[in-house]
Amino acid sequence: MFPNPFQYYAPQSLDEIFQILDKYGDEAKILAGGQSLLPMMKLRLAAPSVLIDVNGISQWANVNAQDQSLQIGALMRHRDWEHALDSRVPLLHSTAVHIADPLVRNRGTMAGSLAHADPAADWGAALLALKASVAIQSAHRLREVPLREFFVDTFTTVLEPQELLTEIRIPLPQNDAFVGARYFKLERKVGDFAVVGVAVTVVLNPEGVVTDAGIGLAAVGATPLAAVNAESLLRGQRLTLDLVQEAASEAAKESDPITDRRGSEDYKRAMVNVFVKRGLTAVHKDWQLQMDISA
Amino acid sequence: MEQTVANDRIMVHVTINGESRQALAEPRTLLAYFIRDTLGLTGTHVGCDTTSCGACTVLLDGIPVKSCTILAVQAAGHEIETVEGLEHNGQLHPLQQAFWDNHGLQCGFCTPGMLMTTTALLRSQDDVNDDDVRRAISGNLCRCTGYVNIVKAVLEAKSRMREGG
Repeated sequence: MFPNPFQYYAPQSLDEIFQILDKYGDEAKILAGGQSLLPMMKLRLAAPSVLIDVNGISQWANVNAQDQSLQIGALMRHRDWEHALDSRVPLLHSTAVHIADPLVRNRGTMAGSLAHADPAADWGAALLALKASVAIQSAHRLREVPLREFFVDTFTTVLEPQELLTEIRIPLPQNDAFVGARYFKLERKVGDFAVVGVAVTVVLNPEGVVTDAGIGLAAVGATPLAAVNAESLLRGQRLTLDLVQEAASEAAKESDPITDRRGSEDYKRAMVNVFVKRGLTAVHKDWQLQMDISA
Repeated sequence: MEQTVANDRIMVHVTINGESRQALAEPRTLLAYFIRDTLGLTGTHVGCDTTSCGACTVLLDGIPVKSCTILAVQAAGHEIETVEGLEHNGQLHPLQQAFWDNHGLQCGFCTPGMLMTTTALLRSQDDVNDDDVRRAISGNLCRCTGYVNIVKAVLEAKSRMREGG
């Protein structure tokens, strides 16, 4: 199989990218890891006439921590989180190991996954839970958009044809805070898209009170979703069994799955409930363990 | 800035198994086909051609990737290793020998991909266990062996290579 013919550009600078985008607009597609775009082009589900390969933009292959935020360049690949655990954002590692398979993770990028906006993608749920934002740049302006305002619909985001997603920004907790996280994914086989994916990340103070909570859901809506009501139930509270149960059913209510060959609507909702409960319980156990060690 | 008119072919220069090669490729030519049809190295197999099976796995700058899901033009200037690069002077690589000895292959179609993925694993980790191997090959499908003998082969290769220094 091979894609429709296209013109290929491999620019080495942002200015060059913007010139090409200026010329071709939405005829052009950005090629980063290519692990979604190339399969779609081979199946002729996508047939851009111009491909802009951005793998030469070396400044995007970096991660920086500044001003209480983690800044992830657009060429950071899934494998970069698979093989590293940042204790301030453990959710990144927890999620990365579930994405597709190791070979795809070696190429695919986090930014590409977000821009592609597949509702079943794992990063969408995880980065919503982390309350990340994205830096979006065009020749004329630079803007920062919270991820919770980024996804518009299935495969649709607020990105304009002339714009690029250049960086992902994740707010970091206070240095001494305890952060626990889990990503759970129900899949029919390894490497498949999620039937249901749930990302849970919780910041706890030494008294066990939730100072921040994020819950992201994959494959249960037209876009990845944040379970905002469940999150606000948790904030300022201790993680008791009752509260965990309550938050899990709230998240299930907030999910919006459809019945398909991967499962019925009811089943998927029930799995959201199970995974949120399991995630919060696991984080609470992590915290207890941490307290026991430091005591 | 490289640019092309659609259908125009681009000169692609790669180092493959240590040898410097160059050939023209259309931008839409996938690396797997460039390696097989243009460079004539047919050890790399195309299985599903839909990014699912890993039979086409090659090492790109030492990292295993699915060569059906990367353009040949993207490999320009980079180093590629394929299954042909494993044997030396008619001697099978210890990993190949271990696959042979342990029945790590039956029909052999997935084997080039399996070998390249596990080559990278053995290079990157001094110590590997059953779980490491299974996790590493989770993107490589085999419909014959049930994987048990593949895992056995990789673990045995690791200990042989360690003994061999």
